[in-house]
Amino acid sequence: MTTRINETFKNLKQTDSTAFVAYIMGGDPDRVVSQKMLNALPDNGVDIIELGMPFTDPAADGPIIEEAGLRSLKAGTKLSTIFEMASEFRKINTTTPIIIMGYCNPVHHMGYDLFSKKAKASGIDGAIIVDLPPEEDSELREAFNLNDLALIRLATPNTDKNRLPRVVSGTKGFVYYVSMTGITGASSDNLNSVPEQVHKIKQASKLPVVVGFGIKTPDDAHKISNDADGVVVGSAIVKELNEKGVEAALGLVKALAKAVHK
Amino acid sequence: MNNSDNVITPDENGRFGDFGGRYVAETLMPPILALEAAYSDAKTDPNFLSELDSFFNHYVGRPSPLYYAERLTEFTNGAKIYFKRDELNHTGAHKINNCMGQILLAKRMGKTRIIAETGAGQHGVATATVAARFGLKCIVYMGATDIVRQKPNVFRMRLLGAEVRSVKSGTATLKDAMNEALRDWVTNVDDTFYCIGTVAGPHPYPAMVRDFQSIIGREAKKQILEREGRLPDALIACIGGGSNAMGLFHEFINDDSVRLIGVEAAGRGVESGLHAASLTGGSPGVLHGNRTYLLQNEDGQITDAHSISAGLDYPGIGPEHAYLHDIGRAEYLSATDDEALHWFQECARLEGILPALEPSHAIPRTVEIAKEIGKDGIVIMNMCGRGDKDVFTIADALGEHISEGTEG
Repeated sequence: MTTRINETFKNLKQTDSTAFVAYIMGGDPDRVVSQKMLNALPDNGVDIIELGMPFTDPAADGPIIEEAGLRSLKAGTKLSTIFEMASEFRKINTTTPIIIMGYCNPVHHMGYDLFSKKAKASGIDGAIIVDLPPEEDSELREAFNLNDLALIRLATPNTDKNRLPRVVSGTKGFVYYVSMTGITGASSDNLNSVPEQVHKIKQASKLPVVVGFGIKTPDDAHKISNDADGVVVGSAIVKELNEKGVEAALGLVKALAKAVHK
Repeated sequence: MNNSDNVITPDENGRFGDFGGRYVAETLMPPILALEAAYSDAKTDPNFLSELDSFFNHYVGRPSPLYYAERLTEFTNGAKIYFKRDELNHTGAHKINNCMGQILLAKRMGKTRIIAETGAGQHGVATATVAARFGLKCIVYMGATDIVRQKPNVFRMRLLGAEVRSVKSGTATLKDAMNEALRDWVTNVDDTFYCIGTVAGPHPYPAMVRDFQSIIGREAKKQILEREGRLPDALIACIGGGSNAMGLFHEFINDDSVRLIGVEAAGRGVESGLHAASLTGGSPGVLHGNRTYLLQNEDGQITDAHSISAGLDYPGIGPEHAYLHDIGRAEYLSATDDEALHWFQECARLEGILPALEPSHAIPRTVEIAKEIGKDGIVIMNMCGRGDKDVFTIADALGEHISEGTEG
């Protein structure tokens, strides 16, 4: 529901705070551990959840997310598993938005209408489909609108002023600003340009601007939170979960949340 | 190069019917739109076209001969079989036609760094060659599995000054090399030109690569009219992504009397599940920037392609082929690893030509079609690459042990 996203930003604004958005790969390393992780995110300070849908060929992701996706697929994750995880989560939490994130082909294969209905029925609030730019997303957007789901578009450092209005006009919930031209998990030397870019997007859109890519540490996260309405951390959490397990990953989540909220 | 009256060009969104499009991350939309504008400008610029023609003539070695394969024809006892001999091009395959065009375009756009993906290594070698000719930095992504089975081409690329980056992710073949090249492009959008090797990828690549390859069909048409005074009954070409086939077919699209036949790699047989026949055994989906036929499972995950030929080992096919398939303008058949191996040897024995494993797939279907059409007929098969690169793979498959050169 777009309302759940809108309410989240409204509430944060009242306390002049920034949203902490955490990404985990659905089903990584398996359904049980991933569900445990998902269910614990809100209590560790996460305001919005990005739940990854695994894909065999994630051409916009770095090795950390790619390998997480392959682990998940190996454990038997299907698109229906992601919906089940969301439904399970909704039994204990009715306020934290879930945005699912992935690639077009599995969605296209299920069919845009059926995908939208199932997402809605599972308590999912929106989606980011990485390889569906504005030029190609009208069919899915229509299905999303019918189901009150937010199709969130990405703006990047090379989305110029002519293109930006087109990008932001079709998005709902928030605008996701990709802080660098690169893949997920890469190091960004570009975080200094974020304030200016966020400002440009805010001139083109009234929606909250959430910033992701290249943010790894609580220090990075805090820095970005001064200008953005939300800060996304993905690869660093996925890496911690893989290397050190759920408790350590939740520890990192908590530290990141604290840095974003302070 | 656009003086033909072919009506099939993609629409403004890069669609051939329901296929094609631009399914890429937002970071790649600006460079793709810039490429489209630059190509659209170049393809009507007489200077660009005459420079390309000059390189085709003096560097690539065009026109390539249209050769009457007399002994194969006698052996077949059917229609006359001609080979369009694009294996005689510089670097040994049709791939250089496209590289010549794209790298001239890259130069025109002021790009200084060329990246490419490669399967069999033919596109990698062609890209490395042309990049060297223009003094441009070149990085080629190649699956780790393919690096093992195409060693001679890997060394060739290094000799030409290219950096070959081994891709170990996924199945470590062509599709993964393409993922990695896209990741490179997303990271280095400003100075980098991505030279895609086939008629796939986001718009404008499928149409642009086809246009650069369409020299094959233009020459073939002129040559067959000179030789036989009429159009052929059928054109036959192997298909991985489908660039040599589109290159041959394009000029003949509106000649309804000419059958267009693509031959996919059936690996160990389409029914075995171990194949690379996207049209014969796949379904529509979205991968590497375009909507086309793909090998995928019931959950929309891409499944592994299999072929003895690294150049056909790809789980997708160019979107224009998907369209020609669905409207029935072209026919798509397949050939197995074993058939390709058998006809590789027959072609060597009968014609003194070692075909690459890729066109070796087209020979069995060419022979069948020639028989079916009968003695008065004429067919042209695209001999799109030479087999020198494949001798180790073929020796392996035949149970022979030959030296790999350096060890001795």
